[in-house]
Amino acid sequence: MLLAPAGLLFCLFVLYPLAANLWLSLHHWDGAGPRTWAGLENYRRLFADPVFFIAAGNNLRWLAGYALAPVVGLALAVLLNQALYGMRLVRSLFFMPFVVSQVVVGLVFAWFFHTRFGLLNELLAQVGLPPVALLDSERGAIFALILASLWPQTAYCMILYLTGLATLRPDLVEAARMDGASGWRLFRHAVLPQLRPVHFIVGMVCVVAALRSFDYVVIMTAGGPFSSSTVLAYYMYEQTFVAARYGYGAAIATVLLALMSALVGALLWRLLKNEAR
Amino acid sequence: MGASSMRRIVLAALAFAALGARAGTLVVNANTSDPAPRAAWEAAVQHFQREHPEVEVRLNVYDHESYKKAIRNWLTAAPPDVVFWFAGNRMRQFVAPGLLAEVSELYTPEVRAQLHPSALGLIGVGGRQYGVPYTYYPVGLYYRRDLVAAPRTWSELLAACERLAAQGLEPIAIGTRELWPAAAWFDYINLRLNGYAFHMRLMDGRVPYTDERVRAVFAHWRELLERRCFSRNHASSTWQESQALLYQGKSAMMLIGHYIVPQMPEAAKAQMDFTAFPAIRAGAGRAEEAPMNTLHIPARARNKEDARKFLAFVLRADVQQALNQAMLQIPVNLQARPADERFVRLGRTHLAQAEHLSQYFDRDTTEDLAQVAMKGFQEFMLHPQRLDGILQTIEQSRQRIYGR
Repeated sequence: MLLAPAGLLFCLFVLYPLAANLWLSLHHWDGAGPRTWAGLENYRRLFADPVFFIAAGNNLRWLAGYALAPVVGLALAVLLNQALYGMRLVRSLFFMPFVVSQVVVGLVFAWFFHTRFGLLNELLAQVGLPPVALLDSERGAIFALILASLWPQTAYCMILYLTGLATLRPDLVEAARMDGASGWRLFRHAVLPQLRPVHFIVGMVCVVAALRSFDYVVIMTAGGPFSSSTVLAYYMYEQTFVAARYGYGAAIATVLLALMSALVGALLWRLLKNEAR
Repeated sequence: MGASSMRRIVLAALAFAALGARAGTLVVNANTSDPAPRAAWEAAVQHFQREHPEVEVRLNVYDHESYKKAIRNWLTAAPPDVVFWFAGNRMRQFVAPGLLAEVSELYTPEVRAQLHPSALGLIGVGGRQYGVPYTYYPVGLYYRRDLVAAPRTWSELLAACERLAAQGLEPIAIGTRELWPAAAWFDYINLRLNGYAFHMRLMDGRVPYTDERVRAVFAHWRELLERRCFSRNHASSTWQESQALLYQGKSAMMLIGHYIVPQMPEAAKAQMDFTAFPAIRAGAGRAEEAPMNTLHIPARARNKEDARKFLAFVLRADVQQALNQAMLQIPVNLQARPADERFVRLGRTHLAQAEHLSQYFDRDTTEDLAQVAMKGFQEFMLHPQRLDGILQTIEQSRQRIYGR
C-alpha cells in the first residue's frame, strides 16, 4: 500500500515511456504523416548503418577515457584529505568544474581547442610547436570531447572519494600503522579495501555518464566533422529531431538502453557477488 | 457568503473565461525570435489589432530550433490558429498528410498580380494555395571590392581564387560546422550546370545521386578545392566565425544569405558588395536561391475565420512594406517598397531578374536526406578522394526515403 504512489509514478514516468519508445521503434514515422508498421526494419537498418557503429565506438572510447577519472580523482582526494589551513577553499576550487554547467565547460573547451584562435594553439606556438586542428580532424575531435568532459568528471570522482575517506575507520588505519605498514602498503591494504562501496558508486557514475554523453557533443562539434565524433545519444537526437526519423531514433534509444542496462547490470552483479563473499 | 452564491460566481467566471477564449482570440505561433523580426511582427500585430479590435491576437515567439521541433506536435495535436513556416517542399510535407488548411480564396486576381511570379508555385500544390509568403532573401556571393572583381563566369572565379591564394589569402570564407553553408555550393553549381528543372527533380528524389550530372557538380567543386579556394579549418567554424575573415581582409568572397548584412561592421561594409553566383553553362537559365518565409493555418485550428483575416492582412503591400523595412528584407509583394538600403536594393534587383527561385538544399529536399547529403558535402570538402563512397551513401538514403 505504501509503495502504491511510488509504483504509480514509476509506471507513469519510467515504464510507460519505455514501452512507448519500444512501440515507436517498430514503426516508420516522420512526425507529421501517418505511422506505418515497420516490424524490425529499423533495427535491421541500424545494424547496417556505419554511423551507428562510429557512434557506439565513440561511446566505448568515452568509457575507456573515463577510466582515468576515478584514478586521478582518488589521487586528488588523498592529496586534499589533509587538515591544513585553507584546505576547504582548495577543495571547493577543485570541485568547481563539476558545479559549472556542462554547457559552459563545453564552450570553454571549444574555445580552448579552436584551431584558429584557441588558447591551445597559442600555447603550442609559445613553445615552438606546430598548431593542432583537433576539432577539424576526424580522429581528433572525439578525443577533444573526452578530454573536456574528463575535467568535471574527475572533480566529481574526487568529491565522492573525499566523502569516502571521511568515513574511514581510524582504528583500522592505526592498527595497520602499528603493524609497521606505511606509505603505499598502508594505502593499498588498509585504505583501499574500505573504499569498496565508493568504488562501486564511482564506477556506476562513470559508466552512465560515458554512455549518455551528449552535451559536449552538441556544444563542441555537433557530431562533426561529418559523423566522426557522434555518440549514440547524439545520433538518436539528430535522427529524431533533425532528420525527422522518429522510429529510427527510437530504435537507437532502445539499443542505448540495452547497452547501458547490460553494463550497469554487470557492475551490480559484481557488487552482489562481492558482498555475498 | 453561502455555498450557492460561491458556486454561481465560479460558474460565471468559467463561462466568462470560455467566452473570452472563443470570441476572437487568435493564437499565432512565430519563429521570429531575432530582435529585428520580433519587433517588426509585434508592430504588425498592433496594426492588425487597430483594424480588428474584435480580435485578440496572442503572439507566441519561439527560437528557430525549438520551433522546428515543436511544429509537428502543434499541427498533429493542439494547433494554434496561425503558424510561421517555409515555402516549397517544407510546406508540402505538411500539406500531403492534410495538416494545413487551403487558403486559395485569398489569392484574388489583384493579389496574384502583386506577388513575385514564383511565389504562387512555391506556396501551392496542384494549383491550390496553402499559406501566404511575407518575405524572402537572396543567397549569393558577398565579396570585397578592394580584393576581387565580381566573377561573372566559372573561369573568372577559378582565376580569382588562384590569384588570391597566391597572395596568401584564403579566397572564399566558409564555415561548415553547421553543415548547411556547404550546401549552397552544391545548389548553385548544380543550378548553373544542370538547370533548375534538373535540380528540383534531384531535390524531389527522382534522380539518383550517382548520376553523371551530379558527378559533374562535384567535378566542378573539386576544381575549387584543388585551388585552395576555401577557408582552412572550415569544419570546426560556424558561418559567423568564418565571416570575420572577410572583414579582416583575409578572405575575399563568401557564398551566404542576406542575413550577413546586419552583421557587417561599418568599416568593412563600404568595401563589401553583392553579386550573383557566376554562370557555368550557357543555357542553364538563371535560377537563384531565395528562401521564402510564410504563414499558414493548421487544418485543425479553432479560429480559422480570424486566421484568414490575418493572412489576408499579411499579403497586403502596405503591411509587407512595414514588415520588411523593419527587418531589412525583401517583400514578396512587389508593390511594397523595401527599405532604402544598398544591399536590400541589390538583392531586390537580383531576385527580380531570376527566372526561378529555389529554397536552399535543406528546405528543398527532405530533412532526412538533407542531413545525410550535407554531411557528405562536408566530407567531400575535406576528402575529395572519397567521392564514390559518399555518393553511394547518399544514394542509398535516397532509395530508402523515396523508393526507387
